[in-house]
Amino acid sequence: MSATEPSALALFWLVVIGVAILAYVVLDGFDLGVGILFGTTKDARLRDQMIASISPFWDGNETWLIVVGASLFAAFPAVYAVFLSAFYIPVLLLLLALIFRGVAFEFRARGAARGLWDGGFVIGSFVAAFVQGAAVGAMIRGIPVLNNQFSGGSFDWVAGLPFLSGIGLVLGYALLGAGWLVLKSEDPLRSWARGRIPALAGAVVAVLCVAIVIAFIDRARMTGSLFLDRPWGFIFPLIGIIAIVGIFAGVRQRRDSWPFAMTVVLFVAAFLSLAVMFWPYMIPYSVTVAAAAAPEASLSFLFWGAGLFVLPVIGVYTAVVYWMFRGKQRQGEYPASAPPPP
Amino acid sequence: MELDPVLLSRVQFAFVISFHIIFPAFTIGLAAWLATIEGVRLVTGDALYRRVFEFWLKVFAVSFGLGVVTGIVMAFQFGTNWSVLAEKTGSIQGPLLGYEAFTAFMLEATFFGVMLLGRERVSPRFYLFACCMVSLGTMFSSFWILANNSWMQVPLGHTIVDGRIIPADWWAITTGPIMRVRWPHMLLATFLTTGMCVAATGAWYELRGVHRAEASVMLHWGLGLVAVLIPIQLFFGHLTGLYVLKHQPAKFAAIEARWKAQQPASEVLIAIPDEASERNLFAIEIPKLGSFIASGNWTAREIGLESFPPQDRPPVLIPFFGFRIMVGMGLIMLAVSWFGTFLRLRGRLETTRWFLWGTFFAFPTGFIAILTGWFTAEVGRQPWVVYGLLRTKDAVTPSLTTGDVLLSLACYVIVYAIIFSFGLYFIYRLLRDGPGRDASDRAKMTPARPLAVAMQASEEAPQ
Repeated sequence: MSATEPSALALFWLVVIGVAILAYVVLDGFDLGVGILFGTTKDARLRDQMIASISPFWDGNETWLIVVGASLFAAFPAVYAVFLSAFYIPVLLLLLALIFRGVAFEFRARGAARGLWDGGFVIGSFVAAFVQGAAVGAMIRGIPVLNNQFSGGSFDWVAGLPFLSGIGLVLGYALLGAGWLVLKSEDPLRSWARGRIPALAGAVVAVLCVAIVIAFIDRARMTGSLFLDRPWGFIFPLIGIIAIVGIFAGVRQRRDSWPFAMTVVLFVAAFLSLAVMFWPYMIPYSVTVAAAAAPEASLSFLFWGAGLFVLPVIGVYTAVVYWMFRGKQRQGEYPASAPPPP
Repeated sequence: MELDPVLLSRVQFAFVISFHIIFPAFTIGLAAWLATIEGVRLVTGDALYRRVFEFWLKVFAVSFGLGVVTGIVMAFQFGTNWSVLAEKTGSIQGPLLGYEAFTAFMLEATFFGVMLLGRERVSPRFYLFACCMVSLGTMFSSFWILANNSWMQVPLGHTIVDGRIIPADWWAITTGPIMRVRWPHMLLATFLTTGMCVAATGAWYELRGVHRAEASVMLHWGLGLVAVLIPIQLFFGHLTGLYVLKHQPAKFAAIEARWKAQQPASEVLIAIPDEASERNLFAIEIPKLGSFIASGNWTAREIGLESFPPQDRPPVLIPFFGFRIMVGMGLIMLAVSWFGTFLRLRGRLETTRWFLWGTFFAFPTGFIAILTGWFTAEVGRQPWVVYGLLRTKDAVTPSLTTGDVLLSLACYVIVYAIIFSFGLYFIYRLLRDGPGRDASDRAKMTPARPLAVAMQASEEAPQ
C-alpha cells in the first residue's frame, strides 16, 4: 500500500476510469445539455425535435457512470470510499436527478401531466449537470482525508468555486447539447441551436477564466507549486483555446459538425488539464494513485475478465448504437413521444 | 436504539436493496422460464408456446428495466454510507460487485438485444441460444452477488495487511463451501418465485375465463416446476442451516430463539421472543426436536444466546420471524404445487375454482420468502458486517451526520414509492391483459434503454 509509483495494472485501470469518465461526460453531457436547452424554449415543435435527437441514446449513456463507479470500487477502493463520502449530498442529488429525469423522459409523451414531466426533465438535467461541476470545483479546492477516510463535512462542497464550476458545467453541457443539435437536426432546430452557441461559448470561456485563476491560487496554497513543475502540461489548455476558436469558426462558417466536435475537444482538454494538475493525486491533494490502488491480486483478477473482455464489448456496443443512428435525424424517425400508429 | 447514522444507514441499505432485489430475482427466474418455453416451442413447433413466450418477454423487459434503475443506486451505497467497509474490504468486494455490474451490461449489450429485436433476424436455433445466454447471464450476475455476500457471512481466502483485508485466494473467495450451498439456494428461490407467478397468472385467466389455452400452459408448467423444485429447495435450505450452525452459531441460536443452552434442546415452533427478559412468551415448543434438527440426534446439547457476550449477539426478533415466514412460504408452495399436480393428474385442475383462487393468491409467496430469507441472513449476521472481521458500527462513513442520512433516506423512500407504484401498475396491466396481439413494433426498442423498453412493452399491451 505504501508504493510510491503505481504499477502497470494500476495505470491500466486509471486509464480505463479516465476514459470512462470522459465517455460519460461527453455522452451524457450532450443529452443533459439538450435537457437544459429544452428548458429555454416553449416551442413545442423544437422541444419534440430535441427529445427525438437524444431518444435512442440517453439512458445507454448513463451506462458509463456505472462503469466508472464499478471500476473505481474495484480498482481504487480508497478513492471510491473518500469520494462518495465527501459528496454524499451531491451524489444523492445526482442519482435522484438521473432517475427522475429518466422517468420524466418516458412519461412526458404519455399524455397526462405533461407540464410536470417537462419540468422534471429540465430540472433533473440541470441538477445532474450542476452537482457534477460542483464536485470538480470541490476537488480543485482539495478534499481532506484522515486515516484513509474523508474528514470534512457533508456541506464542504457548498462554496464559491464549486458553485462557479457547477454553473460552468451547466453552461458547458448546454454548449455540448447545442453542438449536438446542430449536428443531428435540420432547420428550424439547427439554426435555433446554432444561434445559442456564441453566447454559451462566451459564458463558458468567462467562467473557465475565473475558475482557472482561483484553481491555480488554491493549488499553489495546497501544494506550494504553481503548475510549473510540469510545463508541458500547458499544452492541454492551449488545445482548449484552439477548440474554442474552432467552435466560433464552426458557427460562422455554418459547418454542422464543428461546434460539437470542438466542444468535445474542449472537454477532453479540460479533463486532461485537470489530470495534469492533480497528478500524482487521485483525491487532491491527499491520496495518490499508487496509495489508492487495490492490491495486484485484485487488479489482475479484474483485468483478465472485465478489462480484456467486458470493456471492449461495451465500447463496441456503444459504437454500434451510435453508428445505427448516424447522420441527421429525419422527420418522423424514432419519435420519442408519439405512441405507435394504430 | 437511537437514530444515529449507523442505524439509519442500515435502514436505508435494507430499503434500497429490498426494493432492488425483487426485480433481479424475478428476472433471473423469468429468463430461465423464457429459455425453457422457447426450447419447448422449438421442439414442438406449437404456436401456443410462442404466444406465451412473447407475453412473458414483455413482463421480463419491465422487470429488467426496473432492476437497472434501482441497481444504479446500489452501485454507490457502499461508498456513500459504508466507506470504511468499502476502503477496508474494497479489494475483495469491489471486484466481485464490479463483475456483477459488468456481467449485467454484457448481457444488456449483447444477447438481450437479440431477444428483443432479433426474432425475425436470426435463426430459431440462434434465438434459443440467445435466450439461454441471457438466462445464463442473469444467473452469473447472481453468482457475483452471492459470492460477495457469502464472503461477508463467512470470510475465506483473505489476509490482513495494514488493517486492510485483501484477497489471497480468489478461488476460495468465489467458490467456497458456503457459496456452493447459498448460490443454489438463491437460484432455486428465484425459479420458485417465478414459477408461482406464472401459475398464479394462469389461474387468474382460468378464473376469468380468458386466454384458456395459454392459461393451461402457465398453470401446468408453473405448478409442475414448483412441485419438482420445492423439495430440492428444502434440501438446500437445510444445508444452508447447517452452515449457519457451524460458522455462525449465534445467528442459529437467534433463529431458534434459544436463550440458554439446552440438553436435549426443544424446538420453538412459534413464540414472541422478548429480548429484554431473554425469554420466549407464548411459546409452543416440541421437546427434543431442536437437538435433532441441529445435530441429527435426540439428546445433543445445543448452545443458546447466553453463550455469547452481549456485544456479539444478533437481534432475535427479525431472524426468528423472518426464518419462520420463509419456511411457511415454502410450505405453502409445497402444498399448492403438489395438490395442484394431484388435481391435474385427475383432470380437475382447471375446474376446481377454490384451488385456482388459492393459486392466484399465492403469487407473492416466492417474493416474501426471498425477502424474509435475506432479512434472516443479514440481520442474523449482526453485529458484524463482515463476520468476525469488521463490526457494522465501525463500517459506516465517519463523516455522516444523522441529518444527512435522514435526508437521503426520505428522498429514496419518496422516489421509490413513485417508481415502484408505476412499475407495479405496468406489470399489473400487462398481466391483466394477458397474451394477445403480436409484439410487432418491437423494432423501436433498443436494449440500451431499459426504461424505454419497459414502458414500450407495457404500452403494447392491448388496452
